[in-house]
Amino acid sequence: MTLTMILSFALLGAFMGLDVVSFPQAMFSRPIVASTLAGTLGGSASDGLLAGVFLEMMALETLPVGASRYPEWGTASVVGGALYVSRHGDATSALLFAMLGAMITAWVGGWSMYLLRRLNGRWTKRALPALEAGNARVVTWLQMRGLAADWIRSFALTAIAIALLVPLTAFAVANGHGDSATIRAVLVAVAASIAGSAAWKLSHGAKHGPLFFIGGLAVGCAMLLRD
Amino acid sequence: METPAPPSLRFLTGARMFVRMLAVQASWNYETMLGTGIGFSVEPALRALPGGRGGAPYHAALARETHYFNAHPYLAAVAVGALARVELDGTMPPAQIERFRIALCGPLGSVGDRLVWAGWLPFTVLVALLAYGLGAGPVLVGTLFLVLYNAGHVALRIWGLRTGWTHGMRVAGSLAKPILRQGPEYLARAVMLLCGLALPLAAARILGHSSMPIAEVARKSVLGPHALVFLLLAMAALLGTALVKLHGRLDGWRVALLIVVLLALHSVAS
Repeated sequence: MTLTMILSFALLGAFMGLDVVSFPQAMFSRPIVASTLAGTLGGSASDGLLAGVFLEMMALETLPVGASRYPEWGTASVVGGALYVSRHGDATSALLFAMLGAMITAWVGGWSMYLLRRLNGRWTKRALPALEAGNARVVTWLQMRGLAADWIRSFALTAIAIALLVPLTAFAVANGHGDSATIRAVLVAVAASIAGSAAWKLSHGAKHGPLFFIGGLAVGCAMLLRD
Repeated sequence: METPAPPSLRFLTGARMFVRMLAVQASWNYETMLGTGIGFSVEPALRALPGGRGGAPYHAALARETHYFNAHPYLAAVAVGALARVELDGTMPPAQIERFRIALCGPLGSVGDRLVWAGWLPFTVLVALLAYGLGAGPVLVGTLFLVLYNAGHVALRIWGLRTGWTHGMRVAGSLAKPILRQGPEYLARAVMLLCGLALPLAAARILGHSSMPIAEVARKSVLGPHALVFLLLAMAALLGTALVKLHGRLDGWRVALLIVVLLALHSVAS
C-alpha cells in the first residue's frame, strides 16, 4: 500500500475517531458506515460494506456510556475496511484477518481513549484557576485542545495500524490454509450470536419482548425458506 | 405556578449554542466530565448578561457552568438551554443554580441512555442490517442509517435546547413527556422484532451459496438452499444464550476476539 493511501485512510480514520465521542457524534463512525467508506476509498464499497456488516454485529453490544471503557470501533472499522479491500489472495481468509486486525485496533483504540480522557483531566486541572475566573478563552482552548488531541490519536492509530497490519495480513493470507466456507460460517455464527445477545440484553425486558424476537425470527426464516 | 413567558433567544445565539453542543464532549475527562463542554455551549447566551463579555456576571456565570456535569451528550441540550435561561433571568442565587445543575445530571443521563444508546441506536443499526439482508447496496445501507439516525439525533438536540430555554428551572416536567417515558419501551420491542428479522437475512446474504459439505447434506433435507444459515443460527443461539447468561461478567466482543484469534491460528497452522 502506498504512503498516499495510508495517509488517506488515516485522514478518514481521524474523522471517524473524532466522531465516536468528541465531534459531532453523528454515528458516521459506526462500522456499517465507516468501513463502507474505507472500502470506497480503497476501490470497493461492497467489500467495505461486507466487513462493516460483520463489525457492526460485533459492535452492537458496545454502548458508548459516559465513563465506561469500551472498544473504539470508529478507527477500527476504517482499518478493517482498508485491510479487506487491499487484499491479495483468498477473500475469506482476508476477511478473517481483516476482522482480527479491526478488533485488535478497537481494543487499542479503547485504551487510547482512556489515556486521552486522563490527559484532558490533567489539562483541565491545570486550567482550574482560569476556569474559576470564568475565562472564556481558556474554556475554548480546552475544548479545541481536546478535539485536536482526539484527532491526532485517531489519525496516528489508523496510520500505525494500517502500516503494520497490511503486510502482516498479506503474509497471513498467503500462508493461511483454512477452509474458506468454514471460516466464513464461523465468522457469521460469532457475529450473529453477539448481535443477537446484545439486542436481547438491551431489550428483552420490554413487554412481550421475547415474543417480538421470535416473531421476527420466524418471518426472517420463512422468507429464506421461500427462496 | 405559571412559567413566565421566555425572553426570545436570538437565532444566531441559538445556532452558535447548537454547533458548540456537537462538541460538548470534546474535553471529556474523569474529573469534570462534561463540565467544560457545558460552559462552552452556554457561553454564547451568557454574552447577553449585564456588562457583556467583560462584565462580572458573565465571568461568574461561566465559572459556574464549567463545574462538574454529567449527562447523556444529546440530552445535555436540555441542560444547556435551561442553564442559559436561569443565568439570564438573574433571579436565582448562585448556590441554587449549582444545585439545579447537579439535579439535572441523573435524569438527563438515564433518560438519554435508555432512549438513545439502548433504543434509537440499535433500532437504526438493525434497520440498516435488515436493508443489507434484503439486498440493498452500500449507498442505500449507509444513507438509510445516517439519515434515519440523525433525524432523531438532531431533532432531540434541537428539542432539548428549545425545551430547556422555554422552561428554565421548571424543565424537569418536560422529561415526563410520553415520548421520553414510553419511547424506550416501544423501541425495545422494535429492536427485538428487527433483530429476529435481520439476522437470518443478513447471514444468508453474507454466506451466499456455501460449498460446506454439511450444508450440502442439509440442503437435500427440508431446509433447502439456506440450510447452512439455519445451522449457523442454531450455533449462534447457543453462543448467544451463553453470552446472555454471562452478562456483566464477560463481554461478547472479547469472546469474539478469542474465537477469531483461534480461527486465524488454525488457518495459518493447518
